[in-house]
Amino acid sequence: MIRSLLALLHRDLRLAFRHGAETLLGAIFFALALALFPLGVGASADILARIGAGVIWVLALFAVLLTLERLYQSDYEDGSLELMVLAPVPLELLVFGKCLAHWLTSGLLLVVMSPLLALLMSLPAEAYWVLPAALLLGTPTLTLIGSIGAALLVGSRRGSALTALLVLPLYIPVLIFGVSAVDGYLLGLGGGAQLTILGAMLLFALALAPPATAAALRVALE
Amino acid sequence: MFDQLEFALEPGDGLILRGPNGSGKSSLLRLLAGLLRPSAGELRWAGGAFRADDPEHRARLHFVGHLDAGKANLTVRENLAFLAGLLGFAELREAALERFDLVALAELPVRYLSAGQKRRLALARLELAPRPLWLLDEPAVGLDATNRLHLEGLIADHRAAGGLCIVATHGDVSLPDALVLDFGGAAA
Repeated sequence: MIRSLLALLHRDLRLAFRHGAETLLGAIFFALALALFPLGVGASADILARIGAGVIWVLALFAVLLTLERLYQSDYEDGSLELMVLAPVPLELLVFGKCLAHWLTSGLLLVVMSPLLALLMSLPAEAYWVLPAALLLGTPTLTLIGSIGAALLVGSRRGSALTALLVLPLYIPVLIFGVSAVDGYLLGLGGGAQLTILGAMLLFALALAPPATAAALRVALE
Repeated sequence: MFDQLEFALEPGDGLILRGPNGSGKSSLLRLLAGLLRPSAGELRWAGGAFRADDPEHRARLHFVGHLDAGKANLTVRENLAFLAGLLGFAELREAALERFDLVALAELPVRYLSAGQKRRLALARLELAPRPLWLLDEPAVGLDATNRLHLEGLIADHRAAGGLCIVATHGDVSLPDALVLDFGGAAA
């Protein structure tokens, strides 16, 4: 069972590596879009620091959204999805593997880049650990929730636009608590509670998303 | 799609599904594989009824559908190694590459393969793990004469070892003494 999971993880990471440009699309978008903000709203450190956490989180949402389509669509088109459904292991486990591979090549990149981007937005020094910590707890949730949306719309045309419509409202809680965790620490109010809630949402998504995604994928193949 | 359909196979039996396009051959195979749910009726294995999406059932079948399931940017060997891993094996058996003459193509990315070569890659799956039930949906599409013989040989070996094989075909694969289920009349 673990071997199947590892085989899938290995294949997805190798594919992500071979499609380098496509894989980095989300991260590049994240950095470029953020670099526009100081140009757009002016380089005043006060304003940037005030909106920094919110802007970084909103862009992280979009960056993850951009990469969701590749989660199941190509497997559906080339028939690999049939093999995954017919593999002698629970589909939920394989879905978890797909999400893990997706997060390692999308969310994790954002976490690693975030201290640099905090610097770009003139956030105070404390943000260099709070922001990555909040993203570390939040981005896997984004991938998992997105996985349900991507699976529901697999095989439909204009899937990516519809996925955004379907998934973005569900991202709002992560956005709210993610931003308020960072802002809490920066304003000296503490954000431990918000980080805990982000962690709770991650656990909830970990429990809920694989079975929901698996069910959606089975329906897609009928 | 169809009703009043009943058949039973003994170990070593082959069954050919024949009929015009759209008559339900693929649907029956997908139903037996567990990709579709029957709206009525039941499936039995060794006398015991089972649900088609039972994990136990998935562990006893190979399904080769219309799609070849090869990743364009992975080599033939990488594709097969992934499938072997997915089925729970640590190593890829070289026999899987040899049966359909894929050894020379092993290090080539799948995007450079012709349709027939991709088909051979999909069929090589049958050698990856021993499974008693094979469900093949027009397996010979795109295959040349030599590889069609390889396929027929593989099916014959499988049946000789007591395996079951159900093939939907338009007559390009021959299974000696196989039962035939004709969808011709039911097509209307």
